[in-house]
Amino acid sequence: MPTDGVNIKRRRFLVATTSVVGAVGAGFTAVPFIKSWKPSAKAQAVGAPVQVNLDSLDPGQLLKVMWRGQTIGVLRRTDKTLGSLPELDAYLKDPESLESDQPPYAQNEARALKGEFLVVNMHCTHLGCVPQFLPEVGPQPFEEHWNGGFFCPCHKSKFDMSGRVYKGVPAPTNLRIPPYSFIDGSALVIGVNPEGAV
Amino acid sequence: MAKPASSIAKRADALWNWVDSRLPVSAFWKATMTGYHAPKNFNFWYYMGSLALLVLVIQILSGIFLTMHYKPSAELAFASVEYIMRDVEWGWFIRYLHSTGASFFFIVVYLHMFRSLLYGSHRAPRELVWIFGMLIYLALMAEAFMGYVLPWGQMSYWGAQVIINLFGAIPSIGEPLTEWIRGDFFISDATLNRFFALHVIALPLAILGLILMHLVALRENGSNNPDGVEIKANKDENGIPKDGIPFHPYYTIKDIFGVAMFLLLFAFILFFWPEAGGLFLEHDNFVPADALVTPAHIKPVWYFTPYYAILKAVPDKLMGVMLMGASVVILFFLPWLDRSPVKSIRYKGLWYKFLLGMFAIAFVRLGMLGMAEGTPAQTIEMRIWTFVYFAFFILLFFMSPRGKTKPLPERLTH
Amino acid sequence: MNKKLLSCVFSLVALLAVAGPASGSGGEALEHANVNVRDTAAIQRGAQVFVNYCLSCHAASYMRYNRLAEDLELNEELVMENLVFADAKIGDTMTIAMQPKDAEAWLGKAPPDLSLIARSRGTDWLYTYFLTFYQDESGRWNNITFPNASMPHVLWPLQGIQKPVYATHDGHEVIDHLVLAKPGIESPEEYEDTVRDLVTFLKYLSEPSEVKRKNTGVWVLLFLALFALVSYALKAEYWRDVH
Repeated sequence: MPTDGVNIKRRRFLVATTSVVGAVGAGFTAVPFIKSWKPSAKAQAVGAPVQVNLDSLDPGQLLKVMWRGQTIGVLRRTDKTLGSLPELDAYLKDPESLESDQPPYAQNEARALKGEFLVVNMHCTHLGCVPQFLPEVGPQPFEEHWNGGFFCPCHKSKFDMSGRVYKGVPAPTNLRIPPYSFIDGSALVIGVNPEGAV
Repeated sequence: MAKPASSIAKRADALWNWVDSRLPVSAFWKATMTGYHAPKNFNFWYYMGSLALLVLVIQILSGIFLTMHYKPSAELAFASVEYIMRDVEWGWFIRYLHSTGASFFFIVVYLHMFRSLLYGSHRAPRELVWIFGMLIYLALMAEAFMGYVLPWGQMSYWGAQVIINLFGAIPSIGEPLTEWIRGDFFISDATLNRFFALHVIALPLAILGLILMHLVALRENGSNNPDGVEIKANKDENGIPKDGIPFHPYYTIKDIFGVAMFLLLFAFILFFWPEAGGLFLEHDNFVPADALVTPAHIKPVWYFTPYYAILKAVPDKLMGVMLMGASVVILFFLPWLDRSPVKSIRYKGLWYKFLLGMFAIAFVRLGMLGMAEGTPAQTIEMRIWTFVYFAFFILLFFMSPRGKTKPLPERLTH
Repeated sequence: MNKKLLSCVFSLVALLAVAGPASGSGGEALEHANVNVRDTAAIQRGAQVFVNYCLSCHAASYMRYNRLAEDLELNEELVMENLVFADAKIGDTMTIAMQPKDAEAWLGKAPPDLSLIARSRGTDWLYTYFLTFYQDESGRWNNITFPNASMPHVLWPLQGIQKPVYATHDGHEVIDHLVLAKPGIESPEEYEDTVRDLVTFLKYLSEPSEVKRKNTGVWVLLFLALFALVSYALKAEYWRDVH
């Protein structure tokens, strides 16, 4: 077969071009397959926002609701609890919530839209267990500086009454805050940001 | 500046040598691709083999993703298909890939088989290539049939009812056999569940194994060609066939172009005409399976209709089933039915062009009549074409040793 | 000579065979619905008709309200106010309160789910169906396209009441055509438009991703054409060695 006088440059160019176009095509084809793993419309419908009535929630009481398969805690805090939050800053890993996951409107000391209500994703940021709620104030066997908070039975992570994580425990960040907003004074909805926020 | 690049290249080279001395990658590549010389005169028909492989890949890939959302239960199957079509992001695309792929698999395979009849690719020494090909075809028919049951629409249900009952025509063991296949006294959840298992794993494994044998047997003697002469009879001083060209890069590159053209057609159907007017996705299959309501017009999907027409043409249950079976089985014997001294239609006389032409028309026409409602006139026509279908094999056997031939060329015509 | 004759006969057979009729009788001639699934306004109007007249007996249990809102370019509150009557959430599907068992007891036969009706029946059939309701002498509803169907003509306030005119055909009395005996709220032309809107909605309902499918298809074909072009150039270059 006569293969002399072959334009090698042209061949290289054409091989490269075809390969690139083919690879781009394969890349585009992969997109639908990858996206088909996203939560389907059905999963999203099941994961629709959840409404919580606050009237029956007494101060100091924690209410647990399910949203998208996650346990969400709604805690009604007293002024005393809120006042004691800054005392612990020295013992916490991320007291200002700079490294933690929350909507911008909950990035404050109380980690809440309204300080009175803490709405928190109860799953430990370490490996997903749900911590116990231990509201008693005073030294505990596992922590000397305790003003009430959440204690994870799985790997002993500790969080204060704002879900902020203590130093020296395996959990890397504060408990997560889901998006939520108040409908009126007496109810809130989990899964919807306040109007105008974000 | 060139130094770091060359040191990376050296390391890559060393790694490659390390792998290649443990796994015969380059030896395999040379044996099957660069060192394998294929006839240089392949035409349009020779695209079909690589395209069949492409469709197989499409089916496996889309099929795997469909199983992630599909539910093989009589209660949930139909709804889960609509869930895929509506609630799963891009689910419609994956589903249409699979449904369009199924029909295109048969289009490509039928053209691939017809190529064999044109150029005598099934003749000695390639009889086993043909036999394995026929076994793939049989497995593919079972695969397609069971896949069609899974959406659990009216056509799924009643198509399964009819096809499974074909086994009931077998004397004495027929009834218990159909019961065993269904796993129930009627087509039910149990039937759907086992068909799902066979469709997604058992038959695909069998098909993959058979394809491997098909290809190993093909490479042993090399491909036939449109002239039907052996290129190995004419070798140069290096022992390379004078009319052969390395499979890679020449045919790999040519096949890439074939793939591009094929995908254009495939994508056109998928995105603009996925139902193909009721041929690829039948209207009645958008109604959930209902054991109480038989659709007015039951027919199998288009790729089975030629055989279905042969079944309908015979006014006796057992005979009809037997004749339908025979119409497939007889294809296995083609390598021995054609006794002509030449392989290719190019060097056979007019007699073969006529026989093959009539056979092709009979097959297409039977396919069309198989979809029809079945008026008395159509039944008579089906009988005529059924006769023509079988006459092809008989006439081939008797005419091929005597039929006129032209002298074979020394080298490939190009 | 012999060869020519043979090939002539042969082509004739081929032509006759493949062009011959195989579909048999096609049934009644259907009107053309001429629906356009890109006509969002028509789908919106059709959705309103569907919700007002159909959704009390027929469900569309594969269709979600929020999908409807998104595809029809309506905001969710508007959909909740105008299209959702039942105690449903925006992410729910268009189901009905009536249980299939009760429906069978009350209506004789459970009304079918309409999610896929346009794919199983076809749009022309549906369009014709809604135009061919009539009331017979005993005052019972019947339909030319779907004789003895159990569904009454729920759109009659819009269309009015049609009565059949009979003619004798081979000794049988058959319906020749229908006449409007009592006009409805809408003129015949308005009613045809209403039905077309409804059928357009049913078509959308049967495959909500149709528009996206076709839009995607255009880009895919353009890309593949480019790929075909490049791979042809590559093939031509290498095959110069062979030719």
